[in-house]
Amino acid sequence: MNLANSRWTGLGVLALVLALLPLALPNNFYFDVANRIAINAIVAVGLNLLIGYAGQISMGHAGFFGLGGYVSAVLTANYGWPPLAALLVACVGVALLAYVVARPILRLKGHYLAMATLGLGMIVSIVITNESWLTGGPDGMVVPDFEVFGLRLYGEQTWYGVFAVLLVFAVWVALNIIDSPVGRALRAVHGSEVAAQVAGIDTTGYKVLVFVVSAVFATLVGSLSAHYGAFITPDKASFMHSVEFVTMVVVGGMASTFGAVVGAALLTLLPQVLSGLEDWEMVVFGLILMTSMIFMPRGLVPSLQARFTGGAR
Amino acid sequence: MSAMLEVAGLSKTFGGVKAVQDVSFSVAKGSIHSVIGPNGAGKTTLFNLITGVYTPSAGSIRLDGEEIGGMRPDVLATRGMNRTFQNLQICFNMSALENVLVGRHLHLDRSFFKAMFRLPAITRGDAAAREHAAGLMEFVGCGKHVRAQANSLSYGVLKRLEIARALAAEPRILLLDEPAAGLNPKETVEIDELIQKIAATGITVVLVEHDMKLVMHISDHILVLDYGRKLAEGTPAEVRANPDVIAAYLGAA
Repeated sequence: MNLANSRWTGLGVLALVLALLPLALPNNFYFDVANRIAINAIVAVGLNLLIGYAGQISMGHAGFFGLGGYVSAVLTANYGWPPLAALLVACVGVALLAYVVARPILRLKGHYLAMATLGLGMIVSIVITNESWLTGGPDGMVVPDFEVFGLRLYGEQTWYGVFAVLLVFAVWVALNIIDSPVGRALRAVHGSEVAAQVAGIDTTGYKVLVFVVSAVFATLVGSLSAHYGAFITPDKASFMHSVEFVTMVVVGGMASTFGAVVGAALLTLLPQVLSGLEDWEMVVFGLILMTSMIFMPRGLVPSLQARFTGGAR
Repeated sequence: MSAMLEVAGLSKTFGGVKAVQDVSFSVAKGSIHSVIGPNGAGKTTLFNLITGVYTPSAGSIRLDGEEIGGMRPDVLATRGMNRTFQNLQICFNMSALENVLVGRHLHLDRSFFKAMFRLPAITRGDAAAREHAAGLMEFVGCGKHVRAQANSLSYGVLKRLEIARALAAEPRILLLDEPAAGLNPKETVEIDELIQKIAATGITVVLVEHDMKLVMHISDHILVLDYGRKLAEGTPAEVRANPDVIAAYLGAA
């Protein structure tokens, strides 16, 4: 009951904020920041299903994000594919890749799983950097506009509409998954793997499933963000970018979908806000993250929720 | 009464340690069957072998005539086997009720796409499952904790919650690993009554337990293990009179 109520309130608030935000954004620069927040938030919401709910770490999700972008970029720019077809191929292709690597990788736990996913992300990043005949190498490549059914998506404000709708959709889907037999199976894998197995849950199967789903979330927005940015470089698939995604989930609050959104917003905004500090930017940025983790170890949203409702949720 | 579970020549070695050696016994359908023995006798290992947590080194385990040795726990769950754990295995990241719902997994619609879009089949199934789970929590005696988070509950309540979770799967055979461990005498009596209530619904119960009073009171049949081997077997009266059992528990005269 509680969960159902908080779902609709949270989703309503998010939709309202996204609908009203354009009124408060003075120019395209701000729209661009908002778009980047939404892009990161969608990845974080998907990654949170894996990390926060199923308790499996991935240090390689930027690899999927980058793959999404590059598959779309290469297919549309080099081979003249329609962007929507390229997007679908990217999603299906990455889903297959994630499915194939997930089984051996997800046998590992904790630090070992982190290392394996890190390796996966690095392989993607290295391949993209080195295969310059296809990807333009470290210089990156130009990505054509996204066109679908004769409709051309262009400009920060149009894309804002796309990303806002997608974010609400992603949050809705994530909330649906969590509060279902599938979602409870995922959380049980986190809570007690052996108890989950005894209850009839194929734990390996569910780990693979959530890994693939979170990878597809990253691929989808990776592809769209490449079209949006009109240019893509290998750092989209870099290890640092993976770490950023994980940090968003952890700072916002593990096992909290809205936490992932807040975490993404915070980590995207902070560098903008702090850029006036010049040399001190990274120091202050780091300090803010450290203090937030010291005083709110469960992450922003769950900690604040507990403080205001006094409840455990 | 026909044998539901038949174990023959079952062994498990960990490196050089023979945790279970050549154990054979059978459990009659609808009975309460206890496994007792001193600490380290191999009781929990035996449970882990039967429920698929460990793979047997040798021997066979048959459930209704079908060989189940080495099957995964989640596969065994589909065959109607469920268990609880000596050291609690509760999902503390969920509410008490959701823990019981996890046990209901196999009876619910597990389609990912239906879950993604929260189709009516999911909402209806979940609503019914919640009601069923609340009923089970009532049945095991933790009905007043239906709205609680799992991490806010006491040890005794969690023991019952595990039983409720196991019952949610509607098992035909239920293995309880020390359900009374760590409970006070009053709670132990309540667990005693609960196990009998469970057995009365037709579920075959296999029990590992240290509380002799409880074991002697409710068991139809007792298997005694010592150093991984079968020491004795029989009705409570037979086991109580067996000199080997007395020697193992009290030391040889």
